Amino acid sequence: MEMPAPDPTVLARKDALIARFKEVLPKDAVISDPVETRAYECDALTAYKCPPLAVVLPSSTQEVAAALRICHEMQVPVVPRGAGTSLAGGALPSGDSVILGVARLTEVLETDFDNRFVRVQAGRTNLSVTQAVEEEGFFYAPDPSSQLACAIAGNIAMNSGGAHCLKYGVTTNNLLGVTMVLMDGTVIELGGPHLDAEGLDLLGLVCGSEGQLGVVTEATLRILHKPEGARPVLIGFDSNEVAGQCVSDIIKAGILPVAIEFMDRPCIRATEAFAGAGYPDCEALLIVEVEGSDAEIDAQLETISRIAQQHDPVELRQSASEEESARIWLGRKSAFGAMGQINDYMCLDGTIPVSQLPFVLRRIGEMSADYGLEVANVFHAGDGNMHPLILFNANTPGELERCEALGADILKLCVEAGGCLTGEHGVGVEKRDLMSDQYAPADLEIQMAVKDVFDPAWLLNPAKVFPLDISRAHRDRAA
Amino acid sequence: MLTPSTEDDLARMVAGAEGPLRILGGGTRPVGAVVNGTPLSTRGLAGVELYEPGALTLVAKAGTPLADVETALAAEGQRLAFEPMDHRGLLGTQGTPTIGGVVAANISGPRRIQVGAARDFLLGVRFVDGRGQVIRNGGRVMKNVTGYDLVKLMAGSHGTLGVLTEVALKVLPDAQAAATLRCRGLDDAQAVQALCRALASPYEVSGAAHLQKGAGDRPETLIRLEGFPDSVAYRAEALQKALGGVGVFEVETDPDATRAAWDGVRDVGPFHGRGGDVWRLSVKPTDAPGLVARLDGVEALYDWGGGLVWLLAPEDRGPAIRQAVSDTGGHATQVRGGGAGAFQPLAPAVAALQDALRHKFDPRGILNPGRMGRAA
Repeated sequence: MEMPAPDPTVLARKDALIARFKEVLPKDAVISDPVETRAYECDALTAYKCPPLAVVLPSSTQEVAAALRICHEMQVPVVPRGAGTSLAGGALPSGDSVILGVARLTEVLETDFDNRFVRVQAGRTNLSVTQAVEEEGFFYAPDPSSQLACAIAGNIAMNSGGAHCLKYGVTTNNLLGVTMVLMDGTVIELGGPHLDAEGLDLLGLVCGSEGQLGVVTEATLRILHKPEGARPVLIGFDSNEVAGQCVSDIIKAGILPVAIEFMDRPCIRATEAFAGAGYPDCEALLIVEVEGSDAEIDAQLETISRIAQQHDPVELRQSASEEESARIWLGRKSAFGAMGQINDYMCLDGTIPVSQLPFVLRRIGEMSADYGLEVANVFHAGDGNMHPLILFNANTPGELERCEALGADILKLCVEAGGCLTGEHGVGVEKRDLMSDQYAPADLEIQMAVKDVFDPAWLLNPAKVFPLDISRAHRDRAA
Repeated sequence: MLTPSTEDDLARMVAGAEGPLRILGGGTRPVGAVVNGTPLSTRGLAGVELYEPGALTLVAKAGTPLADVETALAAEGQRLAFEPMDHRGLLGTQGTPTIGGVVAANISGPRRIQVGAARDFLLGVRFVDGRGQVIRNGGRVMKNVTGYDLVKLMAGSHGTLGVLTEVALKVLPDAQAAATLRCRGLDDAQAVQALCRALASPYEVSGAAHLQKGAGDRPETLIRLEGFPDSVAYRAEALQKALGGVGVFEVETDPDATRAAWDGVRDVGPFHGRGGDVWRLSVKPTDAPGLVARLDGVEALYDWGGGLVWLLAPEDRGPAIRQAVSDTGGHATQVRGGGAGAFQPLAPAVAALQDALRHKFDPRGILNPGRMGRAA
């Protein structure tokens, strides 16, 4: 993975830049000491690191605007950063960039239970949004697995999902409005507590734009009342095909579970060794969770069990209590930890049409054997969002590169199967160079034209999403 | 009238166009300025191309009649959950609504409050931009964050960014049972209070409406529940209790009566065949009753728990309605009698972004120019 060489003319202006920042930001909000900027050298894609030129940590929309205005005037690239939990390198700096962190924007600005929304500053963590409304029985639905740490700003930038999106949708379906600062310091409002866009749906465009169109400082989020209860059923099968067919049959029966999680044998074995959740040793395991009152849950679980029985499961365990539910979820929730215990791993995020599941799993198995690297699969089966985990040893020379090559092949397979490169993590730098495998030149050209509108000089997070040679050619043509 | 029968045909026609084009699906929703240009209809691009019930996914060419899509889904016990409105009764139009038209105007119905709008169910698009290039964005899978989300941008762009040729949609299972809770005689504020309370419950309300003039010209407040029969019965009883302090809600479970009631809300039945302008307001629900009370001589139908307000208004109320919405927040569209001023005026910085986007997608300004209020 290549990053553009730092612009020496920007590096030469560092002192002037820091002096300008200090005119508009509190002293402790400007970080330029190379020891301290190192804390911002990477996000959760730790394979790539580069300390930024400087870091600014504004505490208000006005301070964000002031900082961006300076960078715009001095033509300095800006990399916005939420909590730095991106698995795709969305917040990876370049050496000539300023990290604009929203970590100090954490206030809850308004809660409105009658109209079912909460307005927060965008640096607030995902889980603490729910914590701000749960006393009244409400929650914020999108629940990425990093929800304890990840910021709403990053969720909006990547259009984050979670385990429960089959029923509740992803960030874009739960985002009602934003306050956003454009690269030139202009502050705009999109949406609000009312529904649907006036004019073109810029809110929908901004969500998932990976910090390339503007910096979101405030967000209005839809909140929902919690269901009365939720309980899962665990179903084990001796074949991936049959498990896939069972998922399809459940959906066709008119049930919309809140989550359908799928684990394959390598994943089951690893988590069993780690967490001891009592999972059966089988080819494929489903955890299907439904919501409602006790009676409603029982009725749905009965129907699901009846469907599953037609597929000869090796195990079928319906939860009847909170304790049993926790036990069923234990292995799934510790899957990533279990993998980390055995080895280094790379987590992929491609999505496929659910009908292609057996084919794609079979091909991944073959590719894994070809590369000599083990792959464990754990994913959201209801919506086809796969998370193949490639196990490798970072200390073995060449193994990271081999792992990345296998990862790229698996993602291309997802695209060939009618799916896409990334379902919820974003493109960032990680999948940037595969974009041409999914999109034709004209498809990418018009996306880059959108960036031209919001950020004509390509100062905001410029080295992400679009392959560097393609974006360079686009900008040369535009100039 | 240009009626391409393939996407390539359409691309060639747009590339070769020498003047403005008026983009048409079924032509049943003429909201906004009348475009003076050569009509270009997508009706020749028709047919469901892929439907996988087990994956909750349907892909159709843009000119496919909406009814064909709904028939295909019904055969598998599924539906378009966002419940697209039929504008013909309200606008007095003829023609056959198309799936592309539904998407281009981001048309939803009462269930929008629970499950989201048309744009939330749109997984992917193919369209021809103003240069005549075929563009693809999104796909046919439910979770996709690969590149910018032009899918959302195309939904509701009224043919001003491109001509849709194909749409991929997420679909959902149809409900096995439905019930309507009905209370008569509430005033607007009481009704919106009841609807907000119902929507803030765990009972999965899929419709929440208030008609100032329902059956017998009396106020009528409606709440819909859907799902498995036992579950609907359980939730209906629980909600009746929860709303006891506001009014007496009777439970209607007859499928035909329930469907008729909600089709009436969806298509704004009470305003059909009556004179006057029709406005559509999107506001914060609890602001709605006060906003309506400020306007003389209007009749209101509230949907989405009060967040969507349909107004039947005398012709001179435009400025007052715009002022009221501008004071309280939200936006207003004049759906009937609007013309060039139908859409909500935008803040200057936002308007500038939208104009610049249109210029990128359609540099010659030939796709429905001015339809959404500003000439490209």
